[in-house]
Amino acid sequence: MTNAETVPAAHSHLVRHHFDDSAQQLESSTLGMWVFLLTEMMFFGGMFGGYTVYRNMYPDAFASTSRYMNLTIGAINTAVLITSSLTMVLAVRSAQLGRKRALIAFLVLTLLLGCVFLSLKYVEYHEKWVDHHVPGPSFHYADARYAHQAQILFFLYFAMTGMHALHMIVGAGLLTTLIVMAARNRFTAEWYTPVDMIGLYWHFVDIVWIFLFPLLYLIGHTS
Amino acid sequence: MSTTLQPSPLTGERPNYLNADYGWKSWLFTTDHKRIALLYLFSITAFFFVGGAFAVAMRVNLLFPDGLFEHDTYNKLFTMHGIIMVFFFLVPSIPATLGNFLIPPMIGARDLAFPRINLLSWYIYIAGGAFALTAVVRGGVDTGWTFYAPFSTTYSNTHVLLAATGVFISGFSSILTGLNFIVTIHKMRAPGMTWMRLPLFVWGHYATSIIQVLGTPVIAITLVLLGLERIMHAGIFDPTLGGDPVLFQHLFWFYSHPAVYIMILPGMAVISEIVACYSRKRVFGYGFVAFSSVAIAVLSFVVWGHHLFVSGMSMYASMVFSFMSFLVAVPSAIKVFNWTATMYRGSVSWDTPMLYAFGFIGLFTIGGLTGLFLATLAIDVHVTDTYFVIAHFHYVMVGGMVMAYMGGLHFWFPKITGRLYPEGWAKFAALVIFVGFNLTFFPQFILGYLGMPRRYATYPQEFHTLNVMSTAGASILGVGYLIPMIYLAWAWMKGPRSPQNPWEAKGLEWEQSPTPPPTFNFDKPPIVREEAYNYSGEEKEVWLD
Repeated sequence: MTNAETVPAAHSHLVRHHFDDSAQQLESSTLGMWVFLLTEMMFFGGMFGGYTVYRNMYPDAFASTSRYMNLTIGAINTAVLITSSLTMVLAVRSAQLGRKRALIAFLVLTLLLGCVFLSLKYVEYHEKWVDHHVPGPSFHYADARYAHQAQILFFLYFAMTGMHALHMIVGAGLLTTLIVMAARNRFTAEWYTPVDMIGLYWHFVDIVWIFLFPLLYLIGHTS
Repeated sequence: MSTTLQPSPLTGERPNYLNADYGWKSWLFTTDHKRIALLYLFSITAFFFVGGAFAVAMRVNLLFPDGLFEHDTYNKLFTMHGIIMVFFFLVPSIPATLGNFLIPPMIGARDLAFPRINLLSWYIYIAGGAFALTAVVRGGVDTGWTFYAPFSTTYSNTHVLLAATGVFISGFSSILTGLNFIVTIHKMRAPGMTWMRLPLFVWGHYATSIIQVLGTPVIAITLVLLGLERIMHAGIFDPTLGGDPVLFQHLFWFYSHPAVYIMILPGMAVISEIVACYSRKRVFGYGFVAFSSVAIAVLSFVVWGHHLFVSGMSMYASMVFSFMSFLVAVPSAIKVFNWTATMYRGSVSWDTPMLYAFGFIGLFTIGGLTGLFLATLAIDVHVTDTYFVIAHFHYVMVGGMVMAYMGGLHFWFPKITGRLYPEGWAKFAALVIFVGFNLTFFPQFILGYLGMPRRYATYPQEFHTLNVMSTAGASILGVGYLIPMIYLAWAWMKGPRSPQNPWEAKGLEWEQSPTPPPTFNFDKPPIVREEAYNYSGEEKEVWLD
């Protein structure tokens, strides 16, 4: 907090009227973003809670459905996302150093990796669609013992990965905005808050996948 | 931005947030937290009267043991009453109006940390409200505001998806308000405004915001699952397909129990301010009152199971949740005792806001203590889903929160409008509301204890008298809410002008901010040199950054 002499008129155009200085503005944005990510955690938390309940209720059905998870695509996607987090960090670092070209390059790379992830997800969903593993009227499961339970587990699979994919799509939109802003010279080494904030968001979405992958694909995997 | 300090040529008033700009655009595109607070004020008042109309219709139906409306219609009435009152009135009521208006001036800030997000939250609220009202107009919902599965996912033929979408959307408005408050309170305090000097109003809203931010996302995802299930029928909450309906109840109450603290903590926050001002004393045990708000927020997340005592939850879990629920009584009682101790040997005056505060303390105490009945396993089995529960939570929500809301509206009315309200009418209305409220809801305690279940359109003849009493009380209560509407609207136009600090209250918003405040709240940057509620005028401690 700064002293009382700071008045709105003395602000540079980058500090909005109700903040004393850019440090206060940055701290507020950062705290706001972390609080937002906390709400996201609770949002996904509800589904992880449901997952835990059903996993304990129907361990056998779970083992049975896990063999229909495409481990190869899941693993590739995990690698893709972790790499995209690296490129995101490099983008933030470039912004910090005021390197516009590097910033744009890393943002584009991050966006591309995000698109690769989503494309592979599309292939995976298509597999489920063809196999009648999408919950709903046309759902069919080969093992009659688990006809109903398997549907619930696939429901959770689609709800969790679908919500994650939705966050990826939003993230891709945000990255595109950042690229346009960067191209229009909106960021300087002094002010690049949006890059920082969307970076946090991207890492969060990444971390959600780091939990989804083992829980849905690896644990109890029988082939 | 240049703020000229010359009187407006048109009205002769000094520049303030109301006359800074005119026209609908200056309101619908404003980022001024005070104008957004007024946008919220008018919209939630509208929802309050819509929700109230449903309540009136229910009470009319219950005048007759055989009911008046079709039973299906009655189911829709109580559902829409619950959905609108909970999600579109009570949750945003005090935080989005008084909190939005007062937190920045109380901590010495020019605005909330994220003014545009603040405006966005209002638009989200309106969008959610539009969905809910569409559901009403197209025929309503009959699941109860709790949306219990599998009825809501499989069997109900009403507009569950529309209503659930409305609630889902409006939740984000609540999240954004909470997020904004948390960041503002952390980062925007004026020099000298330490945490332990914050007005208790701000502490109460800080605790509320924690719940909004942590709880609301869970109901959001729960409603998403509900909607998907209603569309796909995968069976996640349907026992005939291997699903677990109790899981829905767990997820629902994980938010909705903390949410009832969203609906009372801001009320407590208002009462602390009023009691201190009209007792001319520092709030007794300031630190205890402040941290009891946070304690309530924390405990609120570990008590949801007491809604499931008869839903087939294990006895062990029931005992744990019962114990946790009792614990909530401790911070709640701390507040009540400290307000009482504040009044002890204070110069208590009987102005309108204080009348509402008296009402709050008495009625909240009854509501709170009957909550302990419900936390007791054996008694809960007897009174679950009876009118005892209805009476209990209306004592807290209406007797507590709405009383506090009315008290707060009167207390800060001069601050908001720059005018004074007619004291005689205000006292009269407060009395009418108090009498009407008790006549409406006290008979319901007895009805519930005698075994009248909630959510039924008809009842046996033996419950007739008490139901007639309740309906009579509801009519009085309804009139009681209409009177302030009229005289407050009149006072806003024609009331006498208020001095800067008509109650000689403490706090930055009264002492250092003009009435009504200019757009940036203060003419010169505020500095805090003393503790909150220094009504005794003791030696001021100088503390600066």
